[in-house]
Amino acid sequence: MWTTFLDALLLQAGYNAALVAVGAALLGVAAGTTGTFLVLRKRALVSDAIAHATLPGIGLAFICMIALGGDGRNLAGLMLGSALTAAAGLLLVAWISRATRLSEDAAIGAVLSVFFGFGIVLLTLIQTMSSGRQAGLDGLLLGSTAGMLFQDGIIIAVGGALAVAAVFALRRPMTLVAFDAEFAKASGWNVGYIDLAIMGLVLGVTVIGLKIVGLILIVAMLIIPAVSARFWTERTEHVVLGAGLIGGLSGYVGAALSASAPAVPTGPIIVLVCAFLFVLSLLFAPIRGVLASLLRHRRFQVRVHRRQGLLALAHSEAIHDRMTLAVLRRDGLIRADGVATDIGRAQAAKALLDERRWEIVRQLQFAEGAKANFDGLTPIEGVLTKDELAEVDRRLGPLSIVGG
Amino acid sequence: MKETPVKVAAEDGRIVEPPTSDDSPLAVRGLTVSYGDKPAVFSVDTIVPQGSMMAIVGPNGAGKSTLLKAVLGIVKPLSGTVSIFGESLSEAQQRVAYVPQRASVDWDFPTRVIDVVLMGLYRELGLLGWLTNRHRKTARACLERVGMVEFAERQIGQLSGGQQQRVFLARALAQDADLYLLDEPFSGVDAATEKAIIDVLKSLKSQNKTVVCVHHDLATVADYFDRVLLINVQKIAEGPVATTFTAENLQRTYGGRLAATHIDDLQLPAG
Repeated sequence: MWTTFLDALLLQAGYNAALVAVGAALLGVAAGTTGTFLVLRKRALVSDAIAHATLPGIGLAFICMIALGGDGRNLAGLMLGSALTAAAGLLLVAWISRATRLSEDAAIGAVLSVFFGFGIVLLTLIQTMSSGRQAGLDGLLLGSTAGMLFQDGIIIAVGGALAVAAVFALRRPMTLVAFDAEFAKASGWNVGYIDLAIMGLVLGVTVIGLKIVGLILIVAMLIIPAVSARFWTERTEHVVLGAGLIGGLSGYVGAALSASAPAVPTGPIIVLVCAFLFVLSLLFAPIRGVLASLLRHRRFQVRVHRRQGLLALAHSEAIHDRMTLAVLRRDGLIRADGVATDIGRAQAAKALLDERRWEIVRQLQFAEGAKANFDGLTPIEGVLTKDELAEVDRRLGPLSIVGG
Repeated sequence: MKETPVKVAAEDGRIVEPPTSDDSPLAVRGLTVSYGDKPAVFSVDTIVPQGSMMAIVGPNGAGKSTLLKAVLGIVKPLSGTVSIFGESLSEAQQRVAYVPQRASVDWDFPTRVIDVVLMGLYRELGLLGWLTNRHRKTARACLERVGMVEFAERQIGQLSGGQQQRVFLARALAQDADLYLLDEPFSGVDAATEKAIIDVLKSLKSQNKTVVCVHHDLATVADYFDRVLLINVQKIAEGPVATTFTAENLQRTYGGRLAATHIDDLQLPAG
């Protein structure tokens, strides 16, 4: 299995596997970039409604194509049908939340389940109608790439490329609307159209993702790359790029894995790869990651304890807090028996001096901007200019010599 | 109900102030906005002369922000007209800049200070125009004017409330407009920010630009503004601060909600 996986990664596992891997990568890029704006607009759940509302369209398209004497499993036809009912579901959600007092999430829940239920009924009907020929339709629920046709691959590739191009062209208005819709409207942008474009792109990605990822899991490909990329950066453009990268990588690696385990549907594997990248981001991202913020909090805690410990030493107060004692000992400021070392005494005196300096700063009409920066931890030399500090020390008088 | 409120307003002469000219920066006529069946703003008329600084003052829920949003097309009015420099809003959009309330956006959004200011240039850039150094220079110059240029690369969530407000003002400056509409720019900001903002607004006035602020601090109205519009759903009074911002008009605007002692503290000219 390992060698099959490597072959698939290097596009050496045969024509069909290569087609699927490239298609899945393109789909991942399209889903990641498109989904970013959906997430930033705080409407991630809408994608769930869109995805589930594709199912009746699939059934109806299948029935129509059979009735017209064609192949019921023609991907382009199924995509068209699913796009139509997904659009109907989207409009219904928009109408319910606008015309009634229901919130959007309630509308989404209602529309999602009704459309999905209707779709399941249609699929069951098809099953009893024409035995055996519906096999391809079940694959659209969770994605199935076995026997994917070249023309299917072309449709997915072209659709994905168009979606990425549209995201590029609309990136500014979409960012503006996601950040501050009122300002966007007041600047003359048609917020309604831009929201429609975001939803339209999501709908497009959902439809082109039916074959590879399937309608139930496409939501993950729209949302997870964006929230993963968010951990790594503070800039919208970089979130979009990162989400495209994570989505594309998940699609490619997932498709390669799936080629080495043909019995498992493709969608879940791609989503699991994507989820793995999400967990990596959540834990290890440098600033927003969980580990980084734990470390940051710990370091801050140590600083607070050191400062409090030094002030206690300066006032010759007994220290009871275990962590304070541990911090002071670790830094060689006190001996094992709790008595201050020479360095400890010097630093304690400096801490006390800084406290007194701050008192002066607070009393005087002086360095107004600096007062806001007082937190008891930042060294005073980093907040006041040299001249300001000299002025404070002059007012403090002989006491300032304590620090040495 | 024996008379419609519109008639009442006309009869007691409050809206007879003649339209100074048809191309004044902002002319609002009969503007009514409602959420549901309750009007938030009812039949308000106002004409703001060029180069003035006007405060919109009134109690909470009096429709101050709603009035501003209706002027900007953010909420759709039920009736009435808005003209900006004698044109419709969509024709004059380029000449209007807006500073929304700070609380109206998510400050954890992945964007830096400079990116927010650049948003003020998006309508000039269009869909496919490239962002050039000239745009970045403009954005930095706007940050300079509000004293925030050293924060250009910061994520916006790391700023204090006052700094956030200044970034919003810089974004409006980047729009290079002739009419500036601000929604509570002094709300919850530190003294340094308040000074920075009022300095910028006064410099706009000195360039003959027009500034309209929703304002909640009665104590600073006379210092900061030269015109005032008092509203409480309907317009109560409008005109130069010296003659309009009187104890009597305030009492009519706020009703029982404003303690008499508070009004005395303002040391206003007698009715």
